[in-house]
Amino acid sequence: MVVGESKPIEEILAMVADFDKILLTGCKGCVTVCNAGGQKEVGILASALKIARKKEGREIQIDEVTLERQCDPEYIDQLEEPINNNSYDAVVSMACSVGPQYIAARYEDLLVFPALNTTFIGGSLEHGVWAEFCQACGACGIHNFGALCPIARCAKSLLNGPCGGSSGGKCEISPETDCVWHLIYDRMNRLGQLDKMANVVMFKDWTTSRDGGPRKIVREDLKQ
Amino acid sequence: MKAQSNLERVFAAGHFAVTGELGPPRGADAEVIKEKGQYLVGLVDSVNVTDNQTAVVRMASMAVCRLLLDMGLEPNLQMVCRDRNRLAIQADLLGASALGIKNVLCLSGDHQKFGDHPQAKNVFDIDSMQLIATCKKMRDEGKLINEHELEGVPHFFIGAAANPFADPFDFRVTRLAKKIEAGVDFIQSQCIYNMDKFRTWMQQANDLGLTEKCYIMAGITPLKSVGMARYMQKFVPGLDVPEEYIARLKGVEKKEQGAEGIKIAIEQIQEMKEMKGISGVHVMAIEWEEKVEEIVTGAGLLPRPEVS
Amino acid sequence: MRLNYPSNVKIVNVPCTGRVDILHLLKAVEDGADGVYVAGCLEGDCHYLSGNLKAKKRVAYVKKVLEEIGLEPERAEMYNLSAAQGTRFAEIAREFTERIRELGPSPVGSGAKSGAEAA
Repeated sequence: MVVGESKPIEEILAMVADFDKILLTGCKGCVTVCNAGGQKEVGILASALKIARKKEGREIQIDEVTLERQCDPEYIDQLEEPINNNSYDAVVSMACSVGPQYIAARYEDLLVFPALNTTFIGGSLEHGVWAEFCQACGACGIHNFGALCPIARCAKSLLNGPCGGSSGGKCEISPETDCVWHLIYDRMNRLGQLDKMANVVMFKDWTTSRDGGPRKIVREDLKQ
Repeated sequence: MKAQSNLERVFAAGHFAVTGELGPPRGADAEVIKEKGQYLVGLVDSVNVTDNQTAVVRMASMAVCRLLLDMGLEPNLQMVCRDRNRLAIQADLLGASALGIKNVLCLSGDHQKFGDHPQAKNVFDIDSMQLIATCKKMRDEGKLINEHELEGVPHFFIGAAANPFADPFDFRVTRLAKKIEAGVDFIQSQCIYNMDKFRTWMQQANDLGLTEKCYIMAGITPLKSVGMARYMQKFVPGLDVPEEYIARLKGVEKKEQGAEGIKIAIEQIQEMKEMKGISGVHVMAIEWEEKVEEIVTGAGLLPRPEVS
Repeated sequence: MRLNYPSNVKIVNVPCTGRVDILHLLKAVEDGADGVYVAGCLEGDCHYLSGNLKAKKRVAYVKKVLEEIGLEPERAEMYNLSAAQGTRFAEIAREFTERIRELGPSPVGSGAKSGAEAA
C-alpha cells in the first residue's frame, strides 16, 4: 500500500490560518489501513484544529467526509454534494498526494491542501510500524535477489551485493536499518542459490522508472 | 600494459607497490594541495585523491589529480557513484583521461546521510561494480555503455576497494571475484587492523586464484591515539579494530601514542610484504600526510623504484 | 463509604479504558472541558489484558496533540487504581481538579468544566 503520515498539526494550522470554513476529506484506501488518513484520523485532526482555533478565539467550521478512494474520478463525485452546497474556503485532503491532486483537477477554483506526507510504498511490520519495500522502478526483478528488493531497501540501491558499510546485518546509515543485502545473502544461502550472487549484474535500465518521465498505463481491454 | 601508469609499471616489474592518499580541501585553495602533496613526493608510486569523501563537499578529485600531475606525482582518481549518473561518470572519465589521469578507483561512495549535505538527492544510477565495467568497456572496446564508439579511447588502470571486515564475511571474497570479473586491475583494501580476519580473507582469495588475476594492496592507516582507535572501532561501520591494538596504545604515555601507532603500522606493512598474494600497501595517513615518510622509511619501502 | 469528590468532575462510564479513544478525549477539550483524565485499572490487572495500557498510549498521544496546538499537556492525564480504591478515586479527583485550577481555565472556552472517563 501507499503509506503516509500526518503532517505536524502546526503545519496544517498554518495552511488553514486564513480560512473559517473548510472541508476535510479522508480516504478509505491505503491511508485508512496505515492509520494516517481514514475516517478516524479525519475526526481527530478536525477536533485538534477546532481546539486550536477556539483557543485563538477564531472558530473554524470543519466538515468531514471520507471517500471510498480519492484516486478514482467516480469517487471524487461524492464531493459534489458537499462542495456545491457549501462555500468552503478550502479543501484539506488526508489521502496520499494523489487525492488532493484529483480534487484540485476537479475543482479548478478551489484551494486544496495536503494534510499528509506521502511516505513510501510499503507494508506494516507490526501494529504501528511500517517500512518501505518498493520504489516502483517499473521493472521488477526481485526474483534475482531472493525476492527482496535492493533498489528500495538498500540505501545505495546497489545491485551487486553489500557494500563495505554492512555490519552485523545492519546498514551503515542506521543501526535501525537492516542491510537488505545481508538478508538477500542469507536467503540465497538457504535457497541454495549463492552461485547466482557471484554473477555481475549489469546496468539497470531506468526508463521504466520515474527517470523516464511521469508514467501512465493504458489498458485497451478495460478502456471505454 | 593497459594504461602505462606508473603504478601499473611498478606492479608489472614485480615491485611491492606503495600508494598514498590525499584528501582535497574544503575550499578553492590550490596551495593546500601543493603542501600536502609535497609530503608524498618520492615516497609513493601513486596518490589516491578522494572524491567528496564521507560525503563532504571538497575540491573536485579530477582537478586535484591534475594539480598533482603538475607536481610530478601520479594520481589515482577516486570516483563515487553517489554524486553522478552514467552521463556524468562517462564524461568525467573521458575528461580525466584527456588531463593525463591514468588510474581510476571505482567506488559506490559513502551515503550522504553522515556528510555535510544530508539533504542532497543521491544518484546511484550505477554501482561500483558497474563503474568498473564502464571503465573497462571504454578502454577495451572503445565504447560507451550505450555501445557508442569513442573517438579517442581512454586508457585506465582500473582499481576498486574491498572491505574484508564488512558483513556477511563469507560473501566478501565473492564480491572480490565479481570485481575481477567486472574488470578490475588492482584492489585497495579497507584499513586493516584485524590481521587474523585479513589473513583468512587472503587465504580464501589465494585459494580461488584471485590473487593471480589482480594486484591486491593492503590498506594501512596509522592510529594516532586511543581516541581515534576507539572512534574507528565504534563508529565507522565495516572497520574492525581489535582490543589488542588499543591495549598497546594505552600502554604508552599519551604523547607517545602516535609513535606507537606508527610502529604498529610498520609492523603490519612488514607482515604484508611477506603475505602471499599481497602486491603492495595503500597507506592512508588520514590528515597525517607528514608521517608517511616515517612509515615507508621504517617499513623499508624506500627508495621507490624507477620503472619505464 | 460515602466519599466526597469535586462536583465539577463529570464522569463518563466505559466498560474498559481500552474503549476510550483519542477522539473522545479531544472532543471533551474541544467542547470546553478544562481537563480530561482517564481512570483505569491498575497496570497488569486489566480484565481484557491490555485495555488500560492502550488507554495510556492514547492519553500520551492526546498530550502530544495538546502540546502541538499550544495547550498544556497536563490537561490530559492517565491514572490507575483498582475498583476497590474508593478513597484513591476521590483523591485523584481532588488532585486533578487542583492541577487544573492551577493551570486556569482552558482558553478553548466554557462548557463542562472538567471531564473524566472511568472504568
